[in-house]
Amino acid sequence: MLKREVPLLITILVGWFMVIEYFFPGAEKWSSELQNWAIIMTALASVLGVANVARINMLKISRKQKDWGYSVVLMAGMILMVVLGTLFPMIKSIFGIESSWTLAGMELSGVTSGTWFTQFYDSMFVPMQGTMFALLAFYIASAAFRSFRIRSVDATLLAVAAIIVMIGRVPIGDVMWSGMSGLSDWIMNVPNLAAKRAILIGAALGAISTGLKVIMGIERNFLGGD
Amino acid sequence: MPKTLHNRLRAFWLRALALALGGSLWLPVLAWAQEDSQPFFLVERHNILVILVVFGALFLFCISQASKGKRYFIRKIAGLEAVEEAVGRSTEMGKAVLYVPGIDDVNNIQTIYSMIILSHVAKMVARYETPLIVPICRPFVVPLAEETVKQSYLDAGSPDAYNVNDIRYLSEEQFAFTAGVDGIMLREKPAANLYLGSFFAESLILAETGFQTGAIQIAGTANVHQLPFFVVACDYTLMGEEFFAASAYLSDEPKLIGTLKGTDYMKVVLIAVLLVGIALETMGYSGLTNWMEQR
Repeated sequence: MLKREVPLLITILVGWFMVIEYFFPGAEKWSSELQNWAIIMTALASVLGVANVARINMLKISRKQKDWGYSVVLMAGMILMVVLGTLFPMIKSIFGIESSWTLAGMELSGVTSGTWFTQFYDSMFVPMQGTMFALLAFYIASAAFRSFRIRSVDATLLAVAAIIVMIGRVPIGDVMWSGMSGLSDWIMNVPNLAAKRAILIGAALGAISTGLKVIMGIERNFLGGD
Repeated sequence: MPKTLHNRLRAFWLRALALALGGSLWLPVLAWAQEDSQPFFLVERHNILVILVVFGALFLFCISQASKGKRYFIRKIAGLEAVEEAVGRSTEMGKAVLYVPGIDDVNNIQTIYSMIILSHVAKMVARYETPLIVPICRPFVVPLAEETVKQSYLDAGSPDAYNVNDIRYLSEEQFAFTAGVDGIMLREKPAANLYLGSFFAESLILAETGFQTGAIQIAGTANVHQLPFFVVACDYTLMGEEFFAASAYLSDEPKLIGTLKGTDYMKVVLIAVLLVGIALETMGYSGLTNWMEQR
């Protein structure tokens, strides 16, 4: 009873409340309060994430499983950032320490600019993140190469449309033919947009229907077994 | 009391409770909470209420028809048919199934729906005794995925096969998560990759890496901008509404299929409204267009 019916009841009550709140402004203050609760709970959930990472990687290190060295790097990085960004400021706050703790001229405690925490983040994490994003350019090229291979009528249409759009979007397109950019815009704004909106309407209806299924208690798979 | 009767009574009780609480119960509370400066009901939003009521009515009608035993036809969805094939292939190869439930939090309906599909996939995987890896991007999704997979293994009769370490939280940062999933694909080489949920710029990076490892790939999302990437790099793609049809399709439960039909009928209504709107606009009447506008 407690495991399924109570969560279901909470889902139904809160779900309907959020629907009704859209039409009745009297409920706005409560709905914003509920949303604040959600934000606080989401923030607290970070602990669950850290616990999951620590459990899986510590197990890997202790059993010396394949590639356990990566787990050592991950755990070291995580502990270092937690110590610099959370533990040190907490210690300073509890013991009322006003003086700064510096190493090589940079503050050890805190997450503001000029701290080791920010230095690590800006000089290691941000470039690595940028590198991952940059991979997209190469992947777009390889995916485009595969999809533009003309093997059927559909693929031919796709390739022709793509070539027109690509040429129409660069200055040389209009040099080749003055109507190229206009044709490119027409493909994007008429057939492409029509197909996109059709998918969007279908997806929106699907999302509404899922919401209705959940708040009517018809869809209960997310609560576990039958 | 016989079990079927008990189940029916329980289902009836829950539905009745849902509908009763679903509107009327809140009204006196809302009236009490209302401040003098505010209107009780936002009349300008009545258009959305009308559409919601029509949708709800179609929905309930189809569910009641399905409950009475009417079997609705739903077309074959290749991507969903392929899920079992993908799990079977992984089993034959002795490799894992990778299930990525998107990178959004539980406040996105796609993530909730992905958990629903995960429960079906986990049941299949448990039956075949195939390893399952679920990388997670948001901490709040971790307990949800853990419970979903655990319960599915229990339902499939293989609770001992459940390994809590298969639900892996990687990072809340988009590309750190992407790098983590790519690492799993390249090191552990899963034979089937399922990307079902809300994806953004990482969609192509994931799908192309999966393609390079030779895995069978099935993707599904309602994020329209990411669909082309999945279409070119995956074997099967569930587009928009197909993604939201997965639970009904995989469970084959009449009531859930009834909800699919309700959505289809709503689509017919919307197409009719669009055609009428086009005709009226062509004749110079903008009344319907103005009424449909969100306020």
